[in-house]
Amino acid sequence: MTLHQIKELLQAEVIYGNHCLDIEITFAGGSDLMSDVLAFGKPGILLLTGLTNLQSVRTADIIEAKAIIYVRGKKPDAQTIKFAREKNIPILSTPLMMYEACGLLYQAGLPGVGSLNQSTTSDE
Amino acid sequence: MNRQDEFIQTFTIWGRDFSRAGSVSTEIKEILQEIGVPSSIVRRVAIASYEAEMNVVMYAHKGELILTLNPETIKIEVEDKGQGIEDIELAMQEGYSTATEEMREMGFGAGMGLPNIKKNADVFIITSTPGVGTYLKMLFYLDNEKAK
Repeated sequence: MTLHQIKELLQAEVIYGNHCLDIEITFAGGSDLMSDVLAFGKPGILLLTGLTNLQSVRTADIIEAKAIIYVRGKKPDAQTIKFAREKNIPILSTPLMMYEACGLLYQAGLPGVGSLNQSTTSDE
Repeated sequence: MNRQDEFIQTFTIWGRDFSRAGSVSTEIKEILQEIGVPSSIVRRVAIASYEAEMNVVMYAHKGELILTLNPETIKIEVEDKGQGIEDIELAMQEGYSTATEEMREMGFGAGMGLPNIKKNADVFIITSTPGVGTYLKMLFYLDNEKAK
């Protein structure tokens, strides 16, 4: 699923990264707790979060997330947007609640990190 | 052992400085990427270092992070001056936290920091003196045989 398709599905607004909407997203995860994201996140994840401060982008950068979707219509401040631009991490904002945004993506066939763990376990 | 092949860099971390919290770890990540450390190891170092850095920002007045690189290992030591930890065993339990509401609003303080560090480092040592400060040492092996 491309980031553009995700944007359409979640009626999201692109805050930064209009030039990256054709990137392919293969799995996603959602949390407001950055320590949880650091614990479960895998490279290439699409991160859904209600936390809009600088730490959300730092965490996304550390775990090598492909993009961030802010839920509940939240938008980050200018400093956070600037950092996302520096790190070239696309950020979008959806008016949907976390549960609904995740539900729609899952229904559309975008799996979570759990499925990834299963496939990596079987590889080993 | 000849340690002329060692690279050491020291970073200062300031307590309560939430706007720069994480910047040291971002820098370390960039250094490791530049010298060609495998991405899976870079990630583990970055996650552990970021959690340790956030701990200093949240709980200490000031801290120092020392990055030591040699061909075999990546060593990160974090020493802070701050409140310290009363009961390390308790602090190592997932979910145990003494974080304030303000810290939780930052997306941290859920009691996952030290367990996350332990999970990602090949060797993790922590010592603390309440009222004085905390010392963490993490080792990451570049040799696949020893690494997680």
